[in-house]
Amino acid sequence: MAEMNMIESLNSALDNMLEVHDNVVIFGEDVGYFGGVFRVTDGLQAKHGDHRVFDAPLAEGGIAAIAFGMGLNGLRPVAEIQFADYIFPAYDQIVNEIAKLRHRSGGEFSTPLTIRTPAGGGIKGGHHHSQSPESQFTHTPGLKVVYCSNPNNAKGLLTSSIECNDPVIFFEPKRCYRGPFYGDPHNVPTWKGHAKAEVPEGHYSIPLEQAEVVMEGDACTVIAWGAMVHVSEQAIKNSGINAELIDLQTLVPWDRDTVVNSVKKTGRCVIVHEAPKTSGFGAEMSASIQERCFWHLETPIIRVTGWDTPFPHTTEWDYLPSPERIADAIKKTQEA
Amino acid sequence: MSGKKKGSLDAYTVPTAPFRPGDDADFGGTWKEQPGDLSRPDPVSCTAPETHDHAHGLIRVLGDDDSASGEWDPGLDAEELIRGLEMMMRLRIFDDRMIKMQRTGKLSFYMRSFGEEAIAIAQTMALDDTDWIFPSYRQPGAQFVRGRDMVSMICHCIGNTEDNIRGRQMPVHYSWKEGYFISISSPVGTQFSQAVGVAMASAYKGDDQATITWLGDGTSAQGDFHYGLNFASVFKPPVILNVVNNQWAISTHRNLATGGSNFAARGLSYDIPSLRVDGNDFLALYSVTKWARERARAGKGATYIEVYTYRAGAHSSSDDPSRYRPGDEFKCWPGGDPVERLKNHLISIGAWSEEKDAELTEKIDAEVMAAYKEACTFGDLANGPFPPASTIFTEVYEEVPWHVQEQREELGK
Repeated sequence: MAEMNMIESLNSALDNMLEVHDNVVIFGEDVGYFGGVFRVTDGLQAKHGDHRVFDAPLAEGGIAAIAFGMGLNGLRPVAEIQFADYIFPAYDQIVNEIAKLRHRSGGEFSTPLTIRTPAGGGIKGGHHHSQSPESQFTHTPGLKVVYCSNPNNAKGLLTSSIECNDPVIFFEPKRCYRGPFYGDPHNVPTWKGHAKAEVPEGHYSIPLEQAEVVMEGDACTVIAWGAMVHVSEQAIKNSGINAELIDLQTLVPWDRDTVVNSVKKTGRCVIVHEAPKTSGFGAEMSASIQERCFWHLETPIIRVTGWDTPFPHTTEWDYLPSPERIADAIKKTQEA
Repeated sequence: MSGKKKGSLDAYTVPTAPFRPGDDADFGGTWKEQPGDLSRPDPVSCTAPETHDHAHGLIRVLGDDDSASGEWDPGLDAEELIRGLEMMMRLRIFDDRMIKMQRTGKLSFYMRSFGEEAIAIAQTMALDDTDWIFPSYRQPGAQFVRGRDMVSMICHCIGNTEDNIRGRQMPVHYSWKEGYFISISSPVGTQFSQAVGVAMASAYKGDDQATITWLGDGTSAQGDFHYGLNFASVFKPPVILNVVNNQWAISTHRNLATGGSNFAARGLSYDIPSLRVDGNDFLALYSVTKWARERARAGKGATYIEVYTYRAGAHSSSDDPSRYRPGDEFKCWPGGDPVERLKNHLISIGAWSEEKDAELTEKIDAEVMAAYKEACTFGDLANGPFPPASTIFTEVYEEVPWHVQEQREELGK
């Protein structure tokens, strides 16, 4: 075990994958010599060579396309899209090509690959450095969608994503790279001393499709992913209600048993995400949960999400779900 | 302010095709470029600027008198040429039979390679057997070169129980791993940039495997065309990038894909050696591909080729070209008919005859009919059987995840 922030733990996962699997290659904009704009690939090119860790032209569509070709031909490419906001030129390659190759070829071909991308707000990134487009990918059969939230699960989930034989879209909450985020922009802790900053060195994996119960409780189930896990944790503490907090970790396929068992136990549910409400993954969760838990539910499922607007710059704290909004929702679930 | 009036009809240019229904198409009769016009540079040392003339000219081997000449003559023996002719004939007869099947409701859709048979066949013959083929719609002929059974191809087109892709894609979207023939997808051009990644992986692994891919003149307007060329220019993997300029993308004339008239010269601006070849000249196609393969083997990176040809048939069984071009336009194409040209060459060197040709035609026709009948024993379009409905849910992921499994159970099949 070593204490790491999320950047260091992602770097550790990539370093280990390069060591363990000689067919792993890493590329993307600025990831080579410079080590990435968030430093996630720092030092990897110097250590593993420029054929394995390299800079790509500024063309997300091309980056996804060569990842497709490499995965098809026996490699395990790990491509970085510098910001999730910039993934859309690659959307056709991801949705029509990467996601569908195995099925369309009758299983003759497949392309195991991982696309890592920093997502989410809280860094004053405005419209185009803050979005959280996970639902644009959860709606595409053939992709697995993963969203880490802390140094420990960042490494464990990234390892599993790279070793997965299906293509994985791997979201990293950039607000949590250097510390957990509790929803207060004036209180910016680092990961130092946090239990989840303890990360195994060497090979470390967490199974995909496994959620984590972060806080146990019996009064309400709060489901979140990415940075919203920490904001929800703060909200639960503020609310004084004995709520159970689930970090979903993998969105497709999500951990049905953990979620359903929890909601059946608590009878109440709040779903929190940064992305806009309409057609967000919270809508899918909400629908699925009521299909499975309707007779156990005491009150309506509530979604606390970003607004159905573009992501703002200076007013982002009023856009992102706050501990207050989440706590209010938890309290509201108790009113029946 | 310019002198142009706002909203005036000459404010911008909307290109149209040179000839429309009712016009007399005229492409100048014959090519002005002749075999022997262009040198064959050393493939290993050749730089992009040295291919300036090759990108602006037209590489030919077969002359108007049916003889083969010039530095690009690959010197193939008669046996190889007859093999090429046989496969082109097979593809044409196969296509003709399949389009008839489509017209009588026995296939849902079809696309012929009519007029472009030489391309995939000559180019694949010039490759190693384990080179990756990353086709677009009009390169199914590559499968004949690698020996794919026609029954298997027809089963795919029907989408019956023996369709190796389980009835999941429209006809002609072949996939054939054994032949290194990568699954075709409908969004056009995506394979062009993907092929660069396939080639980079071959280079990374140290395999002497090249990758060849094609897209059309119309598709060259896609971003993937630029991604492919640019990534190939930067990383220099063993890839052969072809633009099949067949003048038409459904009804979109090639002058909507470029404001100029040349596709090959675009490669020069990416610093990739670039060639323009007569796409109806079997020998020239074979030769330029061999040249590109030598560059790939020597670690010299990509070659870019404009295959200059004409789409003689409809885009697909859903298309009616008489609505947008003169019906006999292809007969005016200076490149002529690729099958006839190779046949006439073989006759001119005494290696072939009309009698042999008629005999072979009859033999292939019988084989295609027999293959079709055999394919139908695994299900025909009217009556099936088709792959079981459970195949909707398999191979979406390596293993069926719970939510997909639940939906399969909901369907109850």
